[in-house]
Amino acid sequence: MALPVYADPLERVWYYSYRVICALIFIFLISPILIIMPLSFNAEPYFTFTPEMLRFDPAGYSTRWYDNLMTFGMTAPDAVRDGSWWADFWQNARWMQAAKNSIIVGFFSTIVATVLGTIAALGLSRPEMPYRKLIMAVLISPMIVPIIITATGLFFFYSDVGLSGTYFGLVMAHATLGIPFVIITVTATLMGFDRSLLRASANLGAGPATTFFKVQLPLITPGVVSGALFAFVTSFDEVVVVLFIGSHEQQTIPRQMWNGIREQISPSILAVATILVIFSICLLTVVELLRRRSERLRGLSPS
Amino acid sequence: MANADMPADTMLRTADGQPLKSALAKASRKARIRAFLLVVPLLIFVLLTFVIPIGQMLSRSVNNDQFSESMINIGVWFDENPNAEPDEAAYAALAADLVYSAANRMIGNAGTRINYEVPGTRSLFTSSGRKAKNLKAPFKEALLELDEDWARPDLWAAMRSASGTTTFNFYQAAVDRKINADGQFERADENSRIYMTLFGRTFALSVVITGLCLLLGFPIAHLLATLPLRKASLLMILVLLPFWTSLLVRTTSWMVLLQGQGVINNVLVSLGIVTEDGRLEMMYNQTGTIIAMTHILLPFMILPLYSVMKTIPPSYARAARSLGATSWTTFRRIYLPQTVSGIGAGGILCFILAVGYYITPALVGGADGTLISNQIAFHMQNSLNWSLAAALATMLLASVLILYWAYDRLVGIDNMKLG
Repeated sequence: MALPVYADPLERVWYYSYRVICALIFIFLISPILIIMPLSFNAEPYFTFTPEMLRFDPAGYSTRWYDNLMTFGMTAPDAVRDGSWWADFWQNARWMQAAKNSIIVGFFSTIVATVLGTIAALGLSRPEMPYRKLIMAVLISPMIVPIIITATGLFFFYSDVGLSGTYFGLVMAHATLGIPFVIITVTATLMGFDRSLLRASANLGAGPATTFFKVQLPLITPGVVSGALFAFVTSFDEVVVVLFIGSHEQQTIPRQMWNGIREQISPSILAVATILVIFSICLLTVVELLRRRSERLRGLSPS
Repeated sequence: MANADMPADTMLRTADGQPLKSALAKASRKARIRAFLLVVPLLIFVLLTFVIPIGQMLSRSVNNDQFSESMINIGVWFDENPNAEPDEAAYAALAADLVYSAANRMIGNAGTRINYEVPGTRSLFTSSGRKAKNLKAPFKEALLELDEDWARPDLWAAMRSASGTTTFNFYQAAVDRKINADGQFERADENSRIYMTLFGRTFALSVVITGLCLLLGFPIAHLLATLPLRKASLLMILVLLPFWTSLLVRTTSWMVLLQGQGVINNVLVSLGIVTEDGRLEMMYNQTGTIIAMTHILLPFMILPLYSVMKTIPPSYARAARSLGATSWTTFRRIYLPQTVSGIGAGGILCFILAVGYYITPALVGGADGTLISNQIAFHMQNSLNWSLAAALATMLLASVLILYWAYDRLVGIDNMKLG
């Protein structure tokens, strides 16, 4: 969208001011995420840049909040940092427990959502699928229905059937929330899938199972993996359902953060936030690489 | 030939002799069933973990057993004497119920249920329940001796409406109607119409947030769609990174930025724009909710807009210019109409997500920046008026489903894309 040669002065002014407006909006989008990173290294318990930090004085920076984060909940946080200290950290540190819970719940709910979601997407993308729109609407609805309604419904339902406070119940709930993302990404990938490959494979003597695993699955894997990542992030970031149906022991990272923010927000929260931002940068990179791979596989050059 | 002995006709047949039409119908039915079977496991899963729990919650909004399950005799009396003033028989039934529910520790529940409609009566039930077993006939005098509030007509009206097994009272409460002395519903006083105010605020804030998202998202989407792909995909990262970042992280950052002693205020003070005492209050009010939610929902506006704008051929705009249109006319008459479907998709998506938002308003909203979701959570966790929470949730769900239907009509659910 280069500036055309016939542009009049007003258009030239608008052209550059438009760029400036866009730059400001990009700053609005990205700065809240970047600003917490340096702040998490603040030596003082404040949420703003101290004069020392602005002068890039090393005294203004410290890793005390990260240290705080690691030792929170440990039985002997001040002991020498040897093997037993690390064992204590692994066993008792509050955030470590939360991370373990988050990863366990996230992992299993991702598996459930991805397997069921991919199979369903295979059915939904077939041209002969009956009631396609209606079923699709039901399967996507966990993404649309406000989370508080889902949490309220699960709270009553789980206390009736005795699933509240169980890992099984939590995994099921998080899988439900992740399913729409798997369905959306996998059906989008299947839309570009050349169905004549299936007939070619059958023609060469492969059964339906062989065709699926040897022909279809390798081609749709990028979509499946990015759907799985979406499902994992959904579970990893979910706090309302955990608050409603989780037992006291089931502290996940977001729940621990939620408690931290509500009680007394300390810069330790910023340390967690920084770690999570780095985590999401990694995820974004993986998804982006997968998307490119998928476009290459489907023969769509990045036009 | 296998069909040599069959009567020769003009009907097309398959190799094994079936009419081609029925064989095709059979094959396509089989294919349909096979496709459906692939979806069945997930459908059952979603029914079990999502549709049934929500349906059950909806039924709870009309559920009325808190009072009626322990107060049986008075329920019978209400059934037998519609529209009658409470007589001695009614008071006798009430006394028997009080004895029964006090003995079974259900008096608190029953009192709580009546308390929703006639505030301050829970203690009337519990204290009378403790003494009820010593009551003797005539019960009317005996109960009024205990507490003359028992003669209040609004109390009896509330008990009458609580004695059925189902009720719409919670919906009446959710639209700010309360029971009066004649047992009729009337609008609550001007300053206690909290729920309609809250619904109104939720929708108003959602409109503002969606509008802001459109205002900020449109230029960005347009820029991304028109830049060369290399630059666009670099800039796209700036949109996708917030999208992938944890919601709590983004909310926390806004709390850090917007605080009275936070980064934005400090910058403004050091630049001399505001004075030390005049620090802006941007958090724990509507401003905080609007800023943080606009930031959080912005990618949901940009992505659908971008995918529509990418398909608009630039030659149309050039054609308009060469025919003598000014750049503003070109934008208004040529470009904008082609982006309407993207605006619709992004707008409805943002609005749906904004209406049901919970976490961000709860953390940065303070008193006047909270939404209907926060009130539902309050009734679930603090006031424990679960039926009212369910009624509010049902109303919220209904409005979301209408929007979802509109989204489906406008965009089609299968066209929803992520990233």
